[in-house]
Amino acid sequence: MHSVWTVFRREMGAYFTTPLAYIVLTVFLVMAGALTFYMGGFFARDQADLNAFFTFHPWLYLVLIPAIAMRLWSEDLRSGAVEVLLTLPITTGQAVLGKFLAAWVFAGIALVLTAPMWITVTYLGTPDHGVILTGYIGSFLMAGGYLSIGAFISALTRNQVIAFVVTAAICFLLTVAGSPLVLAAFSAWAGDEATDFIASLSFLTHFEDIMKGVLDLRDLVYFLSVMALFLFANWAAVERVKGA
Amino acid sequence: MSMIELHGLTKRFGQITAVDGIDLSVPKGEVLGFLGPNGAGKSTTMKMVTGYLAPSAGRVSVCGHDVAADPVAAQRRIGYLPEGAPAWPDMTPTAFLDFAARARGLDAKARRTAIARAADLTSLQGVMRQPIDTLSKGFKRRVGLAQALLHDPDVLILDEPTDGLDPNQKQEVRRLIAEMSGQKAIVISTHILEEVEAICSRAVVIARGAIVADGTPQDLEARDPLHNAVELILTDSADAAKARNLLDGLANVARVKDGAEGPASLIAVPVDARAIAAALADALRAADIGVDRLSVRRGRLDTVFHTLTGYQGGQNA
Repeated sequence: MHSVWTVFRREMGAYFTTPLAYIVLTVFLVMAGALTFYMGGFFARDQADLNAFFTFHPWLYLVLIPAIAMRLWSEDLRSGAVEVLLTLPITTGQAVLGKFLAAWVFAGIALVLTAPMWITVTYLGTPDHGVILTGYIGSFLMAGGYLSIGAFISALTRNQVIAFVVTAAICFLLTVAGSPLVLAAFSAWAGDEATDFIASLSFLTHFEDIMKGVLDLRDLVYFLSVMALFLFANWAAVERVKGA
Repeated sequence: MSMIELHGLTKRFGQITAVDGIDLSVPKGEVLGFLGPNGAGKSTTMKMVTGYLAPSAGRVSVCGHDVAADPVAAQRRIGYLPEGAPAWPDMTPTAFLDFAARARGLDAKARRTAIARAADLTSLQGVMRQPIDTLSKGFKRRVGLAQALLHDPDVLILDEPTDGLDPNQKQEVRRLIAEMSGQKAIVISTHILEEVEAICSRAVVIARGAIVADGTPQDLEARDPLHNAVELILTDSADAAKARNLLDGLANVARVKDGAEGPASLIAVPVDARAIAAALADALRAADIGVDRLSVRRGRLDTVFHTLTGYQGGQNA
């Protein structure tokens, strides 16, 4: 646990010693605000909730999460620092977990900084705080899911641009799998069971469930399983670098 | 007691065998110079000893800990400078060393002491707060070295520790290694042969992944066919033919060849690098042949190195 914390500290520091953290945070906050008010029709809806805000999170994450995750391993593979990291008395598992948690907490910081949204909606009306809190938890879980994929891809290449593009592509597929467009295309010929299965793989389906204010155990298990699966893949990818 | 043990250590990358069944044992107090041409498998071997690469076959143990079975226990005892001294470019040496010290489980007070000591040993004090990215090659190397020395480890594995340093800094690092050598087992890889003579108690030459020579630097020098050869400058070049016949007839002289300094210079090559200078001097005096200069040649490590590693440089005598 101590080693995980050590890796976590270094990674968190690395975000803030480069402009990356500030750029990602700024872009996230500006985009989240702009999308909520302009595209989401926050005022036109005339409802005291943050649905207009949360609806865009999966799409925002498609761009921002790969940007947070891309450097996790690629940078170390390129600079060779991964050799220092893995020859210190730190196990591969501790390094994988420490790096992931740093990125996840960073995403959490971005979410916390959107609190003015919550304050605004509270000021304007009387929202259901339970629903909003659940929305935040769901968004945070979804960010973790995307990040675990990004961390895994990042361990496969020393090129951060490749890590970014491939992560964004995979996350896009996992997201749109639950969009009406894709589901309609499948339901026409694949039958209900297959369509339901595809929908159940999608981040979107599970996030929309949570957004409604119900934190179902199935959705929780889904996101945690995605994270566990890709962190294990991440571990295997790093072990592959070591030639094991 | 043997601090580092390698048994049949092998590493294959696809079809290529980078390290091919190396057996080696390094006791405490030894400074082992690992020599070999680029691509011979030096760095790959070191990466396996430090637990970065998993061997394809064979075993490594460090201070009694099997590196494959319990890498973390072995890594606690090792200080390692990887090839090229990699580090996180955005970190300062202070942050980098602090991270390494935390990873080694040192508490706040021990960290401060260890970092100050390592910075002092490697003369980093002036640059501790500059990003590593902005440092010169020599400083970067010393940051890596400081990381390796941080916890005063029992085993030091240094991959080209003096590469990129200027002559003064090289001298300093060699002095540092020599000072530490008593209590530790130290392995350094290098292709600077004078370094081996200067600080190593043992030299291991590898070529194409296998050990081709293992001994003290003096043992290796003795493998030069010209080791202990005697170079002569005669007073009168007219005596050259006479001297040549005389020396050829002596026991322990394998052959006599022309020296590089004109007709009056000769080189007598001994059988099996035996010492022939005294016998030679006596014989020349007895025959009343005047000699201006007589010098015994030492074997040259680079000649031996070229021969052992199969490099056809053409300058072998």
